[in-house]
Amino acid sequence: MTHLIEVDSVSKYFGNIMALKDVSAHVNAGEVTCVLGDNGAGKSTFIKILCGLHQASDGQYRVDGEVANFASPREALDAGIATVYQDLAMVPLMAVWRNFFLGSELQQGKTPFKRMDVAKSKQTVVDELGKMGISIRDPEQPVGTLSGGERQSVAIARAVYFGARVLILDEPTAALGVKQAGVVLRYVVEAKKRGLGVILITHNPHHAYPVGDHFVILRRGEVLGDYQKKDIPLEQLVQMMAGGADLETLQHELEKAAAQTGDDELAEAATAFGEETEQLGLGDE
Amino acid sequence: MVRRIGGEPSQPGGRYKDVTTDAPVDTDDRLIKAGLLKKLLTRPEFGSIIGAVAVFAFFSVITENFFTVDAISAYTNPAATLGIMAVAVALLMIGGEFDLSSGALIGGLGITMALLIQDAGAPVWLAMLLSLALAVGVGVFNGYMVIKTKLPSFIVTLGTFFIVQGAGLGFTRLISGQTTIYLSDYLEGSDWTRILFASTPFAGIRIPVYYWIVIAALATFVLLRTRYGNWIFAVGGDAASSRAVGVPVNKVKIMLFVNVSVSAWLVAMFNTFRFQSAQIGTGVGLEFEFIIAAVIGGCLLTGGYGSAIGAAIGALIFEMVRQGLAFARWEADWFKLFLGLMLLGAALLNQFVRIRAQRARS
Ligand SMILES: Nc1ncnc2c1ncn2[C@@H]1O[C@H](COP(=O)(O)OP(=O)(O)O)[C@@H](O)[C@H]1O
Ligand SMILES: [Mg+2]
Repeated sequence: MTHLIEVDSVSKYFGNIMALKDVSAHVNAGEVTCVLGDNGAGKSTFIKILCGLHQASDGQYRVDGEVANFASPREALDAGIATVYQDLAMVPLMAVWRNFFLGSELQQGKTPFKRMDVAKSKQTVVDELGKMGISIRDPEQPVGTLSGGERQSVAIARAVYFGARVLILDEPTAALGVKQAGVVLRYVVEAKKRGLGVILITHNPHHAYPVGDHFVILRRGEVLGDYQKKDIPLEQLVQMMAGGADLETLQHELEKAAAQTGDDELAEAATAFGEETEQLGLGDE
Repeated sequence: MVRRIGGEPSQPGGRYKDVTTDAPVDTDDRLIKAGLLKKLLTRPEFGSIIGAVAVFAFFSVITENFFTVDAISAYTNPAATLGIMAVAVALLMIGGEFDLSSGALIGGLGITMALLIQDAGAPVWLAMLLSLALAVGVGVFNGYMVIKTKLPSFIVTLGTFFIVQGAGLGFTRLISGQTTIYLSDYLEGSDWTRILFASTPFAGIRIPVYYWIVIAALATFVLLRTRYGNWIFAVGGDAASSRAVGVPVNKVKIMLFVNVSVSAWLVAMFNTFRFQSAQIGTGVGLEFEFIIAAVIGGCLLTGGYGSAIGAAIGALIFEMVRQGLAFARWEADWFKLFLGLMLLGAALLNQFVRIRAQRARS
């Protein structure tokens, strides 16, 4: 079958740094694909290819089964693919409403007098943010005066508003508190129910598991696995994500340091760490 | 083909009517109406308006005749050409770039036209158009070089500055053996040039002043009310983020450089047709005055913030001080002192406003 979005054996090199190698993944309409991986695994690089910021060095990118070569994010947006970037978000000195519509401004009037529809833009921003449970005091206020969570919410509201078919979110919950992260995840589910394909990037399996339909795990630029939800319990996802072996190594290091220095506090920390790892169902079975 | 789910993005509210959200919306109590004064305080041109009023009041007190028609025309006429350039430079600075070639270009474009008329025998209109084409070419060159090389525009346009100055001098000497070209004989029968660029339509106020007002108003409209203005702020504020949401960053920057060069062409027309001559070296050194006027008008050196009307007012302050000192019969030396203080004051004020705007509310 043809998928809404599909990448096939995509690789990406930055000079001689290999950020992605032979990555294949897909998302269908009404489905949430979660991409999980530790820092530096290549998650952001992956979505930057999907949204037209980077072009793949190798492999194929298909939309509706047809090869897509987006030269810019504009082209991806025109195809209905909207993205919330982790590191590229808002212009801090610009007003909230200007940021929201940046690149896709609402206009009115005939050509020589074409201008932005400021009143409608502001109203839309207030309405759309209201739907996320966020009220901004004044759409004229610069984005730089918003808190990190509010800023993230504006970016998400913008992508949801303009993402006609596919919504891509790069670590949307990383900077948020529990309550706001919940709001974001609910938004993911709503977008899915409306028939959008959602690609959710995160390094937190506890955020991914409740909303995801299938999970692509990236490690050092390669796909470690692509699982349907029914095929993988949360514990195993957590383990694959962090790498159980890595955690054990960490515990051993702590113990070794404690033994060398005779530091009780460090020893206690190592024990606590071991118990926690066990509780999470990590470590060697 | 691409099938859209739901309506077009240009129909706000129409698409998600079916989505019910039960999230609590805590509006009302936090929606405090910002006071008019507070709103004014956050405008980038605020400092320049206060400055203009203060300077005007100061010289009105210490000289008796600061608001006679003579005095007003004495400072508005030079303020007009400075202001036209300052507005263009302000837009460029808001877009995050500099242009150090803009001053020298005024002389270069004037002399190009004069050479074409005197030595190539071109009709006046054709010489004007060719000079305009050169202006566009220099603007595109500046913009393209900055984008392709990713060098700071400060360096690139410093190079252009020397090229324009050197080529201007070299070619002018080579072709005509002169450094000043007199055009009065050639302009007979081209009365329209005088009407367009060198007339005094009303009460001693020369025509560049009217251009200045129209250009400042137009630039302000574009900056604040059109999407191009949105893009100018955005490319100067954060070029990478702007590109990521589909803003044509390179096109915007090139257009801003071209706008500066074309403004230099307009000023070259004012000069050449007023004095009926063109002199190489005209405008050299003025590029810093344009930048200073833009900074007094609220532009940040780091881009992403500023005002077109502010730059126009900055130019007015500049010339009011210069003429005011002359009216008061003070030594011209004081001008630089005044200028330095004003520049520092404006830069500090802009810095303060910027910090306020970027401070995260936790
Ligand atoms: N523009 C770039 N130039 C060079 N290396 C890059 C670039 N972008 C990412 N990388 C490298 O690619 C790897 C993956 O980065 P990234 O996709 O940002 O990871 P993640 O988002 O999973 O944390 C990292 O080693 C990073 O240093
Ligand atoms: Mg990342």
